[in-house]
Amino acid sequence: MLDSVLFYFFAGVAVLSAALMVTRRNAVHSAVFLITTLLATAGIFLQLRAEFLFIAQIILYVGGIMVLFIFVIMLVRLDVALHHIRFRMQRFVAVLVALALAFEVTVIVLLAGKLPGGGLFVQGAAPADKLPPNTEELAKSLFSSYLLPFEIASVLLLVAMVGAVVMAKNRRRGDAS
Amino acid sequence: MNATLQALLQFLQTWWVELVCGVVIVAVVPLIAGYVVLVERKLMADMQARLGPMRVGPHGLLQPIADAVKLLIKEDIIPRDSDALIFWFAPVISMVAALTSMGALYFGPSFRVAQGINIGILFVIGVSSLGFLGIILGGWASNSHYSIIGAIRSTAQLVSYETAGGLAIIAALLLAGTLRISAIVDAQAEQRVWFIFLAPVGFFIYLVASIAETNRAPFDLPEAESELVAGYMTEYSGFRWALYFLGEYANMIVVASVATTLFLGGWLRPFPNVHWLNWLDGLPPLIIALAGIYSIYRAGKQPVWVQSWFMWAVAFACFAVAAIFAAPIAFAPLRFALPGLNGAFWFLVKVSAYIYVFMWLRFTLPRYRFDQLMHLGWYILIPLAIVNVFSVGVAMLLESEFGWNRWLALIITTAFTLAVSVYLVHLHDKRAVMASTGRGVISDSYAG
Amino acid sequence: MMSPAHYLFLSLALFMIGCIGVVTRRNVIVVLMSIELILNAVNINLVLFSRVFGDVAGQVFALFIIADAAAEAAVGLGIIIAFFRNRETLLADEMDLLKW
Repeated sequence: MLDSVLFYFFAGVAVLSAALMVTRRNAVHSAVFLITTLLATAGIFLQLRAEFLFIAQIILYVGGIMVLFIFVIMLVRLDVALHHIRFRMQRFVAVLVALALAFEVTVIVLLAGKLPGGGLFVQGAAPADKLPPNTEELAKSLFSSYLLPFEIASVLLLVAMVGAVVMAKNRRRGDAS
Repeated sequence: MNATLQALLQFLQTWWVELVCGVVIVAVVPLIAGYVVLVERKLMADMQARLGPMRVGPHGLLQPIADAVKLLIKEDIIPRDSDALIFWFAPVISMVAALTSMGALYFGPSFRVAQGINIGILFVIGVSSLGFLGIILGGWASNSHYSIIGAIRSTAQLVSYETAGGLAIIAALLLAGTLRISAIVDAQAEQRVWFIFLAPVGFFIYLVASIAETNRAPFDLPEAESELVAGYMTEYSGFRWALYFLGEYANMIVVASVATTLFLGGWLRPFPNVHWLNWLDGLPPLIIALAGIYSIYRAGKQPVWVQSWFMWAVAFACFAVAAIFAAPIAFAPLRFALPGLNGAFWFLVKVSAYIYVFMWLRFTLPRYRFDQLMHLGWYILIPLAIVNVFSVGVAMLLESEFGWNRWLALIITTAFTLAVSVYLVHLHDKRAVMASTGRGVISDSYAG
Repeated sequence: MMSPAHYLFLSLALFMIGCIGVVTRRNVIVVLMSIELILNAVNINLVLFSRVFGDVAGQVFALFIIADAAAEAAVGLGIIIAFFRNRETLLADEMDLLKW
């Protein structure tokens, strides 16, 4: 009971905030709604017993990426953008394609009952109190089986950091290069 | 309908302690934060050779209440072109972040909101760092130059020092081996020493980083009155400003609690678990009784009879509290309450000492300029924190793989870290000398 | 936890909204934010199946996706800032330097 209340709460907040996010005229409002979506997603992670990912989402996504977005939105003049039409003409096509995708996935999920094992509505998971501690499991996996992707991710972050700084840096006046 | 009512009752039955403790946190922490403000004003006065607030209530003790009433009845001004929704919401975010992160802290053995979580320390740090949102949204929504400059500077400072603080904490976490708060303190009890002695550089980095994270002096440029007219708080008046202010002091309490848990031994007494020092368990009532005796001594020196009567009342209260603390020691059937009472005492003393150091630094050191601040964070603290993590890791490796003595390994690696810090400070001095004399070109890593 | 289908529908809804945002909005910053939304939807999926099958690899991959999203947001915003300095516009319609 508590599980379903929490799920519907977080899911409702996530979907509502996402819908609000793509429809706001003001980019700062969009950023705020993205933050609420991310927090609701973190709640979903916590409900799926992925506690390290919950806090990683909060620290990295909300506390890191959204800082970046909000800084850029504030440092870039926005009054130019506020007076234009928000949506392009493709919105009908976009909504149509999205609905087609939704229909397709719904059909797959509902028909999955024909698959052996009873399908997705029935398949459960390990009972929650028998789970090993999440952070330790994640760390063990990350530093043994997935060590190479971990190192590559570090290099990726370094490259992205250097690239972003170089691109956004003010060129000095009279710099011919 | 009946099923939902049943479910609701069951929910309340299982979680009522957590709910009550949550309500207590939300209700009590602003009051405590108000009194921390009073303590700060009294300390400021003491260090400036004056008395501080003395009028409202005996020795100014009702000053926070008077301030709260004043702020509540002030006119609520919202700037004309501001974004009303975000303007309303921003101080709330700041306060909510600070209070939510308190949910995972251990204030006492049966005071629990979310104490058992596996990621304890990370939760506290992560959620309390969401306070930056309140700052930058408030600064932006105020639609004023001072606000947005102050907000951007404050957020930049917060983000930089949060990295340094997080890395510094890793040193203590390596020694503890877990993220759960109770397990960290138990690890300190097991190793019979506070982690500040095993990882002093980490503690120092965290001290500096936490001062910067709570926007306290000497890192308070974004909200200093002589600089930016209170920065992001400029357009806020009345209770909204009070929410920001209380959020800042609540953040201070959170940061002090984190440092206490990780480095200062949480609720353990000095030299925990060392059997021949078990008589130290009798210290709390002794210290409080000493405070009472000092109050009696001061009572004779008060100029006005009302104040000396007040001092006698304080002394009496001190002796009563000391008696409460001494009761479990004296009467055996009450022995079960001893760890809880003593733990609360030591925790409070350590958090207060940490906050006292904050205030002491505020009244003593001049303010950092913003570029000096960023330079300190990025060029000195973060490299030092990284080197510290590396060296503590090497020390633990030496102990586990090669069987060295833990203290020897840690002393050697701490010496290495201190050497690196001396080198970094030397580089900083060279840069400052070059900047001030104008001689030579500062070699910038990007501009060449 | 609820049955996996619930989480799949949630993830689908977020993915749909993100796609609509990417295709429809003119402000490139909102387009970038919609991309982050899509990545989040994928994360929910991964964590769901990591829980269903008891394999922590899903969460490891979700962590990598978060790190990757950070890198991509940084670089994307750097590009936007550099472009804005040149062209003073944030609208995707007006970023048509390559148009012949």
